[in-house]
Amino acid sequence: MHISHGPVGCGQYSWSQRRNYYIGKTGVDSFVTMQFTSDFQEKDIVFGGDKKLEKIIDEINVLFPLANGITVQSECPIGLIGDDIEAVSRKKNKETGKTIVPVRCEGFRGVSQSLGHHIANDSIRDWVFEKKQSDYEAGPYDVNVIGDYNIGGDAWSSRILLEEMGLNVVGNWSGDATLAEIERAPKAKLNLIHCYRSMNYICRHMEEKYGMPWEEYNFFGPTQIAAALRKIAAHFDDKIKEGAERVIAKYQPLVDEIIAKYKPRLEGKTVMLYVGGLRPRHVVNAYEDLGMIITGTGYEFGHGDDYQRTGHYVKGGTLIYDDVTGYELEKFIEKKRPDLVGSGIKEKYPVQKMGIPFRQMHSWDYSGPYHGYDGFAIFARDMDLAINNPVWDMFDAPWKKAA
Amino acid sequence: MPQSAEKVLDHRPLFRQPEYQEMLKNKKEKYEGGHPDAKVQEIADWTKSWDYREKNLARESLCVNPAKACQPLGAVFAAAGFERTMSFVHGSQGCVAYYRSHLSRHFKEPCSAVSSSMTEDAAVFGGLNNMIDGLANTKALYDPAMIAVSTTCMAEVIGDDLHSFIEQAKGKGSVPQDYDVPFAHTPAFVGSHVNGYDNMMKGIIEHFWKGKTATPGTKLNIIPGFDGYCVGNNRELKRILDLMGVEYTFLQDASDNFDTPSDGEYRMYDGGTSIDEVKSALDAKASLSLQHYCTPKTMEYIEGFGQTTASFHYPMGVRATDELLMKVSELTGKEVPEALRMERGRLIDAMADSQSWLHGQKYAIYGDPDFVYAMARFVMETGGEPIHCLATNGTKDWEAQMKTLLASSPFGKGCQVWAGKDLWHLRSLLATEPADFIIGNSYGKYLERDLKIPLIRLTFPVFDRHHHHRFPTMGYQGALRVLVMLLDKIMDVMDDDTNEPGVSDYSFDLTR
Ligand code: SF4
Ligand code: SF4
Repeated sequence: MHISHGPVGCGQYSWSQRRNYYIGKTGVDSFVTMQFTSDFQEKDIVFGGDKKLEKIIDEINVLFPLANGITVQSECPIGLIGDDIEAVSRKKNKETGKTIVPVRCEGFRGVSQSLGHHIANDSIRDWVFEKKQSDYEAGPYDVNVIGDYNIGGDAWSSRILLEEMGLNVVGNWSGDATLAEIERAPKAKLNLIHCYRSMNYICRHMEEKYGMPWEEYNFFGPTQIAAALRKIAAHFDDKIKEGAERVIAKYQPLVDEIIAKYKPRLEGKTVMLYVGGLRPRHVVNAYEDLGMIITGTGYEFGHGDDYQRTGHYVKGGTLIYDDVTGYELEKFIEKKRPDLVGSGIKEKYPVQKMGIPFRQMHSWDYSGPYHGYDGFAIFARDMDLAINNPVWDMFDAPWKKAA
Repeated sequence: MPQSAEKVLDHRPLFRQPEYQEMLKNKKEKYEGGHPDAKVQEIADWTKSWDYREKNLARESLCVNPAKACQPLGAVFAAAGFERTMSFVHGSQGCVAYYRSHLSRHFKEPCSAVSSSMTEDAAVFGGLNNMIDGLANTKALYDPAMIAVSTTCMAEVIGDDLHSFIEQAKGKGSVPQDYDVPFAHTPAFVGSHVNGYDNMMKGIIEHFWKGKTATPGTKLNIIPGFDGYCVGNNRELKRILDLMGVEYTFLQDASDNFDTPSDGEYRMYDGGTSIDEVKSALDAKASLSLQHYCTPKTMEYIEGFGQTTASFHYPMGVRATDELLMKVSELTGKEVPEALRMERGRLIDAMADSQSWLHGQKYAIYGDPDFVYAMARFVMETGGEPIHCLATNGTKDWEAQMKTLLASSPFGKGCQVWAGKDLWHLRSLLATEPADFIIGNSYGKYLERDLKIPLIRLTFPVFDRHHHHRFPTMGYQGALRVLVMLLDKIMDVMDDDTNEPGVSDYSFDLTR
């Protein structure tokens, strides 16, 4: 259970917006699509909120007895008024035996979500790992999937492939993850990391501390999927290597069908992307598998290593932009007039008003999954329906055209 | 393999396929380490009991699924109703992304606002430099007619003083001395978005009126309040006022800004009240607030100039519309035209035609204070019975006013009023004392799912249905639309209840 600790706003605006799918009885044993907040009032700012936080944890224990753990996500005021959420967490953990994780993710730390990723990784390291005895012993094929948030079910359409090739996904972070999955992670054989940007820190930690290898992979589009399956299989014996080949062969007819159906409709269409984390570079090949051309790509909160990695993916002449303002982005788009733009909700409507098809590439525009072979079919369908909808041809009033 | 190019399955059908069901079952059993199903069911049942309700209502510190947002959202919405106005929110950057996406998801429209992007340095040294650079950049990049400044809780906690910051920024040449930069402190830990609306409205009006004296004229000022249906409602109200031949100024009107056409041009700004209109609004005959709880400070400030004022609780429904029209008529001396009497008559006609289906239906209503008031009143006009009225941002005053309203009708007898409670409280209330329908916003879909009580979406935010806000809910035409929303849901439920051939062939009537 995650508490937005501070005033009501932050948690309200993010409530249920990320589409990390899960299955459970919401409010009873699962708490993803709920908004828990300490709803700070003036007196909490003036006198501090630690007492309130203690009370909140007590109330959670009464009303939500099946919650296995709590994270305390601090909003801006917490760091400024000097609350000690770590002390409260420690105390309440002693009292209740439940995992309680303070997360110092105040919005003014760093200039983007990126530092928040790092902070969250560290809080797992410091407050979850090695805190409980677990009797789990890894089998030879046990892996974790790290950095797949199960947006629209991405982690599920990925998991099915990994299982089909013979691996056991014993933990999936942090879409559709349970606390048990996170706790046992350091004992698995290999970390498979999808969103490198947000979760490389914890993988590096597990490597250093537990000698656990990690492998970055990309499940967007058949070219990358096949490469990824082979790269992953290379960590294992022939059984898994054969498994990977079997999976690739099994899905090849589907891939051929999808490309036969959609490539003629999408070939040569140009795309500009502006998204967070892994996506600018990861999805490039999925578009190229459909014959589309990336003419610009950029990061909302990229780091140096992102650009290095992007270089491997995109062709020469592609515009790469970093942390542009909405204004600059619009100018790029207006100038290049691509056939499709992929970005977030804030960009969606301005771009569409210019008559340019758009897909949200954080929430998959309420569609998905896009990962894996099943996801590629949906991705292709969605790009087609965005670009080839008749609405884009009706922007001009006929009398105006004639004039 | 369930997927095919011929019939592409996305998440909704895909994960129901046997391959995925099997996979998910395996995940649950082997890896999730969850509680036993029987235990989960036992707790699930308990959460719907009276025992749970009492424990839940005793909650003092934890807030679960509130129906309110923070002040700056209201400020950004308010500023969006002024011509070529850019919201500048002083504080951390993430918040502004939140307000923009929240409004975009509801209106399906662009929403512009900028932030001074305060970070750790600013936390230590204050955000003056952010203000200086930020104002200059905003003006240079977006060319607004004015910049409306509000604050996130970061700026409030470290105590940045907007008035002095803006003066200092101007002194440093960030923007010209005579450039309009109205402001409002909008602490997120006080009140909710409706107070943010109030503070920003007062800030803008004060900026242009301060130190002046009013010479009452003939025009009316209309202050709509925070209204997610402003697109439909403001246009409908203008139509009504035009029909009456009344001169008026909307003080804050986001209807065009949040409903720009798709014709190839992206308009960062559209419509809204101009600076000149705000200035001349000082000399109006009277100011009417359509939402009392969105404007207490604003109206008090306006009264300070000797202007006549009146406030309403979201003029939706028959008598609420009557009262608005009569007030307008009384203030302006213009008669309510026959055309509006006809519209009223048609609404009453529709209500009479459908009264047998509406009478006695029980509703739980939640949302902002004025909306809940209006909705409860209209429901009672149809012969329906509100049984829970809840506003997370409702005050003691609101609670008292609600009780007076409910006491005024036999249909309000069984209703309980819940000020300051959240939607997790409402879940307990509805599990123990159920209603036939829930009236609220998209968040109510979780209540609908848990309790199997149908939800009627009639207030902000509506994320999961499209374009409702483009149609009015105020005035007689608006009431007609609300009426149809209620009736459609009532009759859909009757059909859904009786559509099993061989089991409930009766009651599945063609004509109702
Ligand atoms: S994919 Fe993007 S939005 Fe998702 S976690 Fe990674 S960085 Fe964040
Ligand atoms: S940090 Fe404060 S102002 Fe910003 S969204 Fe959260 S509650 Fe609102």
